Amino acid sequence: MALIHIENVCVDFPIYNANGRSLKKRLFQVATGGQLGADSQGRVIVRALENLTLTLQDGDRVGLLGHNGAGKSTLLRLLSGVYAPTSGTVDIKGEIGSLIDISLGIDPEATGRENIYIRGGLLGMSKPEIREHIDEIIEFSELGDFIDMPLRTYSSGMHLRLAFAVSTIVRPEILLMDEWLSVGDEAFRHKAEARMSNMVQSTNILIIATHSRELVLHTCNRAIWLEHGKIIMDADPESVVNSYFH
Amino acid sequence: MKNIALDDIANALERSSLAGMLGWQDVRQRYRRSALGPFWLTISMGVMIGTIGIVFGQIFKSPMTEFLPFLSAGMILWGLISSVVTEGCVGFIGAENIIKQLPIPLFVHIMRLMWRNLIIFAHNLAILPIVFLAVGKPLEVTALLSIPGFILVVLNLAWVALILGIICARYRDLPQIVSNFLQVLFYLTPIMWMPTLLPQRAGIYLLSLNPLYHLLEIVRAPLLGHLPSAQSWLVASGLALIGWGMTVAIYTSYKRRIAYWL
Repeated sequence: MALIHIENVCVDFPIYNANGRSLKKRLFQVATGGQLGADSQGRVIVRALENLTLTLQDGDRVGLLGHNGAGKSTLLRLLSGVYAPTSGTVDIKGEIGSLIDISLGIDPEATGRENIYIRGGLLGMSKPEIREHIDEIIEFSELGDFIDMPLRTYSSGMHLRLAFAVSTIVRPEILLMDEWLSVGDEAFRHKAEARMSNMVQSTNILIIATHSRELVLHTCNRAIWLEHGKIIMDADPESVVNSYFH
Repeated sequence: MKNIALDDIANALERSSLAGMLGWQDVRQRYRRSALGPFWLTISMGVMIGTIGIVFGQIFKSPMTEFLPFLSAGMILWGLISSVVTEGCVGFIGAENIIKQLPIPLFVHIMRLMWRNLIIFAHNLAILPIVFLAVGKPLEVTALLSIPGFILVVLNLAWVALILGIICARYRDLPQIVSNFLQVLFYLTPIMWMPTLLPQRAGIYLLSLNPLYHLLEIVRAPLLGHLPSAQSWLVASGLALIGWGMTVAIYTSYKRRIAYWL
């Protein structure tokens, strides 16, 4: 069982190198991004999420829509536990997996095999778990003997294939994604697509930030439209997409 | 009642294999494709000890059998201490990418840098037997006492690295101040000069009141065949207790802010 419940959550980023005085004069909503403001000590802050209340349950496939800087990534990071809310409560039951930056932690000087262990370890897998899956990962990535070569000898496609193969091994109860992952050439893309769909199906809750209308309509059963860190609309994909893309 | 800081540290310890792997990776990355690898550090440390040993041994008119083992043990330990402190300052800043993407216990990043420096320290340790052989000084049974001493030093370094990592993430001027301070500390502490050379008065200030001296003593003295004073043990243990207490308190209040500061 997985459950996400957040209540009255605000996320404020303190900006330490901005000139507080000059910025304080313009406490208005900017066209893009969160809201600029100042906290009680006069420091400049960017309010990325404001008074968000949200409950997600088993079976929810949520598409996050919104312009750049609307707070989509911040919300994903809040849910993954990277950011603690500045105020409000976040209550999450279930194991969380994130497919946000699948190349994170990859070392170009290390071999493909070493990178599988590094990347797997960062995703929370233990060494025996990785050892158990390593043949499957190598086979899926179709790298063959290149797996024992340093990563800098890989093409960017091979690089992504490896990152994809490792990152999609985990089966979390809550899956966070920033756009749909699409890697490789035609043949590989087909395989990757099948794997992604399988991963999405086996997860209890999916939250995906996207700009794609089709993705929301095809994959999601709920859509949330964020703007300036606030929820503008939270309903079925059809109606949200229609208002958002008018 | 769960404590955020202790929780994080416990979770990090559970994932020590990750910290170990990343630490190894750092060392390997630095020396990949070089034939001698991390032994280059050992060589440069060895050359430095040799040079300082010859020059200052002459200036201080210290017998080489005494001075060289003293200097090598001190320099190798100082190498570990100073690099953990310097790298502790960027312990969280340097891990920004990971911290902002993956919810890994933050103390893992501190353990990673501790482990990386312990590996390098182990390489430098190869110098000691060579020096002892070269000057013909035997290693006595008391040397075993340096092991608990070393553990205490590592415990102390861990809290120093953690607290510096936290404060430096917020105040970016601090790493510069710390590196200045370390240089001063290097000269104030008997590493290059032997404490016996000091006049009585100065000794009280530079030795008794210098916690770094006590930390060095509990490892170095047994290696050289003396017993460290009870005072040194007391100071080192007290420092670990008070330091960890203070660090846990600060970590509890600010752990959740660290990601925001990066």
